[in-house]
Amino acid sequence: MNAAPVPADWYLLLSLVLFAIGVVGVLVRRNVIIMLMSIELILNAVNINLMAFSRLWADVNGQVFAIFIITDAAAEAAVGLGIILAFFRNRETLLSDEMDLLKW
Amino acid sequence: MIDKFLFLFFAVLMIGSAIMMVTRRNIVHSAVYLITTLLATAGIFLQLKAEFLFVVQIILYVGGIMVLFIFVIMLVNLDVAIRMVQFSRQGFVAGILALVLAVQIFLALWIGRAGLPAPAIHAMPPKNTEAVAEALFQHYMLPFEIASILLLVAMIGAVVMAKRRV
Amino acid sequence: MSHLIPPAIAPFVVPVICGIVLVAVFPLLAGYIVLLERKLMADMQARLGPMRVGPHGLLQPIADAFKLLIKEDIIPQGADKFMFYVAPLISVTMALVAFSAMPFGPVFQIADLNVGLLFIVAVGSLGIYGIVLGGWSSNSHYSLIGALRSAAQLVSYETAAGLALVSALLLAGSLSMKDIVQAQADQGVWFIFVVPIGFFIYFVSSIAETNRAPFDLPEAESELVAGYMTEYSGFRWALYFLAEYANMVIVAGIATTLFLGGWLRPFPGNHQHLIGTPFELLDALPSLLFLGVALYCLSLVPRQPVQVQKLFMAGVAGACVLLAAVMALTLFPPFDAAREGVHGAFWFMAKVGGYVYTFLWVRFTFPRYRFDQLMRLGWRFLIPLALVNVLVVSASIVVQQNWEWKHPVVSTVVTTAIMLAVAFWLAEEGAKPEPAPQPADGE
Repeated sequence: MNAAPVPADWYLLLSLVLFAIGVVGVLVRRNVIIMLMSIELILNAVNINLMAFSRLWADVNGQVFAIFIITDAAAEAAVGLGIILAFFRNRETLLSDEMDLLKW
Repeated sequence: MIDKFLFLFFAVLMIGSAIMMVTRRNIVHSAVYLITTLLATAGIFLQLKAEFLFVVQIILYVGGIMVLFIFVIMLVNLDVAIRMVQFSRQGFVAGILALVLAVQIFLALWIGRAGLPAPAIHAMPPKNTEAVAEALFQHYMLPFEIASILLLVAMIGAVVMAKRRV
Repeated sequence: MSHLIPPAIAPFVVPVICGIVLVAVFPLLAGYIVLLERKLMADMQARLGPMRVGPHGLLQPIADAFKLLIKEDIIPQGADKFMFYVAPLISVTMALVAFSAMPFGPVFQIADLNVGLLFIVAVGSLGIYGIVLGGWSSNSHYSLIGALRSAAQLVSYETAAGLALVSALLLAGSLSMKDIVQAQADQGVWFIFVVPIGFFIYFVSSIAETNRAPFDLPEAESELVAGYMTEYSGFRWALYFLAEYANMVIVAGIATTLFLGGWLRPFPGNHQHLIGTPFELLDALPSLLFLGVALYCLSLVPRQPVQVQKLFMAGVAGACVLLAAVMALTLFPPFDAAREGVHGAFWFMAKVGGYVYTFLWVRFTFPRYRFDQLMRLGWRFLIPLALVNVLVVSASIVVQQNWEWKHPVVSTVVTTAIMLAVAFWLAEEGAKPEPAPQPADGE
């Protein structure tokens, strides 16, 4: 099964493409929930990168770091969604353009 | 051969779902496409022989974080949001910037690609879960405890933020 | 025969056959579990249940399946067509995929994963999406509220179930399902006798995980019409139903593997031989059980009112005698190789059957929990209890290993006593009335 293993740069390329799509999603969309989901995409791209290197050098530290990133993503998603809910109750909007309470 | 086929399958699924996710009008559809992206990522993890991360990704990300997302989406479901303009006015500039970033990183990888050793030269420890557990609870004990406090803080924060002010 | 199979696909033949058997047999089995439930409900309500279709109503599931297949397929107006189509598929697929890591005996397992237990838990948590997306895509208030309630319930009790499983995993030392049963064989005791509170927590959580009574508010007929399944008719509803019963069998399988010794017979460490014979005394239990059932069926034959039913009872008795003969035959030398497989499968099925029977029994015994009572039970009783359970069990293991304590019975009794004390304290706390919400200061 290991006769023709997948070259490492394929994983890095995949991670790069996913990262770029995530960045585009954060910058281009107006809906804050989709922006949060694009941030999750970015974190996943980083995870794939870490796991590819962990496999390359047979080092388990990459996987441990990936676990911490997943944990952080969970915490951040929870708090972010809480903020979005609280804001939605106040202003009835989910568009980032309309979340401009600090300017007049 | 099977490795490459599996990788291509999961990679195509992942990229396709990601592109669909950032372009849908309906937020629930976007969430479902993110779920498929995360499942494809879990598939890539399994293909990298990291079985513990495979199940952790499914349990935590897909079974936990995405359920949270879907709950919030259904609580704030706005029919009017679907008909509004979806993409910001600076979309074009953002696209150019993201392209520049991607090209930059790609060039960095391309120039340095000779430095990557051939894959699978070293064998991964056969017991992946035990190896991860050993690293996590011996070398990374302090970050582990800090992460648990972080989760506690996030939990309290989310509950406080989302509570109704009576 | 094995030289006919090319070596490239040789490792896949047995798993694929097992998979085909499971996917083909399971819908029929689920139908008969439904029939069993109706008969049991009838028995507990002093009536007979379905008796018309076939002898004693035994062809009822076939009639039900046929009816569901030919029913009109209604899609509500304004429903999201793609999600409406896909949601029951997600539920059923995840439930059947979880069967792939489940050992139905020492031989019949599709894949013995290193992380088998976590895989089943993960796939089970994916089944939530079938419910949530189904409820949302139906474009109906009842469905959405039922779906969100059901998903909240599932997510809450998943934590308690996982922690209860952890307390048994501490004793097993591995996540692979085969290794867990092997650990119980090595230690000579089913884990339920070492962590009974863990089993209790898992039992209650698994009833909530499968949306069964008394935790079935999201799908109860008198409450929310049918919750997330309201707008589904015909075969789509049958798929949801199949998913629910598959989930029941899966949680029964997990509980059996972790707590009830998997495919081990009772007293697996006792190797006492019947005098003068080569086989062990306790291995004769399956045959004796089947013979007992056959004798009971034969004793019921004269009491049947109709000739067809008399013949049918006699037929059932004959089938039980045949099975008893099969069980006894595998004890003797020419068929000895199949003994572990056949007896293991029998004991696994018997335990899973007993667990599912208890689910059905509990359904007709307890009144339904209200939703806030349900959430309070999950978050304020079961999760703290499960956490303390993990702590106490791991402390007990550490004490046993470091100080070489040689009396496992004493440590089991002590840990169970501590856990019961904590459980009663938590129940007391929960029974106190909630303090009135304070007005927020300075807001």
